[in-house]
Amino acid sequence: MGIRMNGSQLLCESLVREGVVEIFGLPGGAILPLYQTLPEYPQLRHILTRHEQGAAHAADGYARVTGKVGVCWATSGPGATNLITGIATAQMDSVPIVAVVGQVARASIGTDAFQETDTTGITLPITKHNTLVMDPAEIPQVVKEAFHIAGTGRPGPVVIDVPKDVQTEEVELPYDSFDEFYNALEIDLPGYKPNLKGHNSQIRKAVKLIDEAEQPVILAGHGIIFSGAYDELRELAEKAQIPVITTLLGISSFPDDHILCVGMPGMHGMAYASIAIEEADLLIALGMRFDDRITGKPSAFARKSKKIHIDIDPSEIGKNIEVDVPIVGDLKRVLTKLNPQVKETTHTDWLQRIEELKAEHPSHVIRDANQLLPQLIVKELSEVTGGDAVVVTGVGQHQMWAAQHFTYKYPCTFITSGGSGAMGYEVPGAMGVQVGVPDKAVWSVAGDGGFQMTMCELATIVENRLPVKFAIINNNVLGMVHQWQEFFYDKSYVATAYTANPDFVKLADAFGIKAMRVTDKVQVRGAIEEAMAHDGPVVIDFVVEEEERVYPMIKAGGTIEDLVEEPDFAPWEVAR
Amino acid sequence: MTTNGSTVQNHTITALVRDKPGVLNRVSSMFRRRGFNIVSLAVGHSEEPDLSRMTFVVEGDKRTIEQVNKHLHKLIDVIRVSEVSSDNVVSRELALIKIRATSETRSEIIQIVEIFNAKIAGVSPDHLIVEVTGDQDKIESLLGLVKRFGVMEVMRTGTIVMERWLGHLHDQQSGAKRRNWGEAASV
Ligand SMILES: Cc1ncc(C[n+]2csc(CCOP(=O)(O)OP(=O)(O)O)c2C)c(N)n1
Ligand SMILES: [Mg+2]
Repeated sequence: MGIRMNGSQLLCESLVREGVVEIFGLPGGAILPLYQTLPEYPQLRHILTRHEQGAAHAADGYARVTGKVGVCWATSGPGATNLITGIATAQMDSVPIVAVVGQVARASIGTDAFQETDTTGITLPITKHNTLVMDPAEIPQVVKEAFHIAGTGRPGPVVIDVPKDVQTEEVELPYDSFDEFYNALEIDLPGYKPNLKGHNSQIRKAVKLIDEAEQPVILAGHGIIFSGAYDELRELAEKAQIPVITTLLGISSFPDDHILCVGMPGMHGMAYASIAIEEADLLIALGMRFDDRITGKPSAFARKSKKIHIDIDPSEIGKNIEVDVPIVGDLKRVLTKLNPQVKETTHTDWLQRIEELKAEHPSHVIRDANQLLPQLIVKELSEVTGGDAVVVTGVGQHQMWAAQHFTYKYPCTFITSGGSGAMGYEVPGAMGVQVGVPDKAVWSVAGDGGFQMTMCELATIVENRLPVKFAIINNNVLGMVHQWQEFFYDKSYVATAYTANPDFVKLADAFGIKAMRVTDKVQVRGAIEEAMAHDGPVVIDFVVEEEERVYPMIKAGGTIEDLVEEPDFAPWEVAR
Repeated sequence: MTTNGSTVQNHTITALVRDKPGVLNRVSSMFRRRGFNIVSLAVGHSEEPDLSRMTFVVEGDKRTIEQVNKHLHKLIDVIRVSEVSSDNVVSRELALIKIRATSETRSEIIQIVEIFNAKIAGVSPDHLIVEVTGDQDKIESLLGLVKRFGVMEVMRTGTIVMERWLGHLHDQQSGAKRRNWGEAASV
């Protein structure tokens, strides 16, 4: 008795047991045995990308939107190194992905063999964990632990490096079926025990601070989304009438149209949100990490407030900002214990003050202009979709406008590369999201710069009949960098103008994708509606002014005193 | 990360880790990446099969050391991290010191070696090799005293420590000034 299988079969069997359905990848010599095994597993759908970066970003987008672990495959050497941007992005934003990478045969490791790269060495600082599997019999254990590590605690990427001959070597398992064998495997990670519960006495201390606070604010981050603690967050906010500020990655953890929602703070956040943080007497930080884009100069951040920090990762506590009451745990569980203990209150004066701030600092208002303003495109998108879409972005000005001017009403509808700020996320990221939620509208708000970094994946999108809609905010410039050059380098515009962008309409056409160009603001709504009515991918090339700036702005490392709000006129109007 | 005017000191941290390929690399990579400063590092087998113990002497203020502890603990292959306070602990380092010695200076060097309870581990016409065990201070002071003869080579193992009440992996520990970050992390 017993079953005989080779390493590739063991790997596929294990992936199937982990519930994997979609795999994004691109083959090569060192991972061919694994690929050649795929036909035996029709339940695994492989999506062939045009670049491994696309595979990693797609797995990341898929994971963010589904809450499942995303999977990508790549070959050794250049295949592995092409994954790096995607893996680092997942690490920075705590996204659960498992990357399976081919490696040269065991005997060749360390000899600089063809396409050998030290994948575990390179990915060590940008993964939650990684493993080089030297024995095929260990594959199921490694896979089981990889999914456990990636998907639990603070999620993150895990890399499994599999030498080619480990993929082909057969092993005998003393079980009647693989199911029996896999079920019998026990996770053996004595050094990995994420604390989910939250300490009761710490929770009581937090409750006391919340009950005593007169001007509390909640800072809701990505952790709410990972934990699925939407209802618990809302319950806390409503019960104690606490305004909710969402970090960039916390956007869509709380409905933007809720009366208590104050939006995003920080570098390009709403002025009133940043000011509210400064005026607050209590910050309740939930699943966020006091990123420098929010705190500016840490020693000057929210000095008037006491701070409660609830996060699943103990190493985030006290890393950037000292806090009064730390609680380590899973947000859903901690808030479930905390909420009933919190007193019902109204904070009428404080909420009144927030309304005043909103009126005095109308950061969300788009000025009247004849030009086609990028902000307006986002706003129209929000109105036409009614918020019932998943918005994916690249990195830059368009990303900030997408964060600012779309009304996110539903959980997990804003997907963006925050910590890494990886341009190029907008194409493969949106692709992975669409694979994850095939029945939802997925809009990629793209930069002309980022789009060109990964636009090869348009072919993958067509091949897999993914109806992703692209709104390219085409300013013919690396806009955000251009903006920094204006503000901090005396308008010395070095290497940011794109003077020979392709014709995006023709380009899309070449891929077989429906495309439109919009140059006037009256065309915006119609184009969006037409795109939505089309049963397939669409590219809209929105040609906008180059000299448009993202406001408000607080310079890097600055304080609330450095807050710059939108002037009454656009800079390019002055330039003329 | 190191502000608040708190004082920078050497702290001793031990970590029980899985004895797997690459673990030392993971640990040292974390120190490098986060800019933590290792003064010394010693690694060896522990009392448990498949587990090694690492002893770090790390320089930093309180907040940095707390971060070191937490980031060590975050590594999947690190099972337990403890910070040990110096009053509760036996702390030892082994050093081999090659000292230039002539017929005139040899006996004086030997005298110093005896005072320090050290040993002569090797003799040759122009030098002595001295073997000394002790805490860091003892080794530093011996080095200070023999400097004038000419120190040709120094080889040190780095500090290892053991708490006096002999904690075992599964023992209940009480009362002692031990901070176990695996559990402290739960506050
Ligand atoms: C891969 C990568 N390279 C460089 C940068 C630096 N960067 C940040 S924003 C930006 C400009 C992005 O241009 P575009 O995609 O056109 O967006 P825009 O700012 O114009 O909306 C650049 C170059 C980055 N974030 N990512
Ligand atoms: Mg641009």
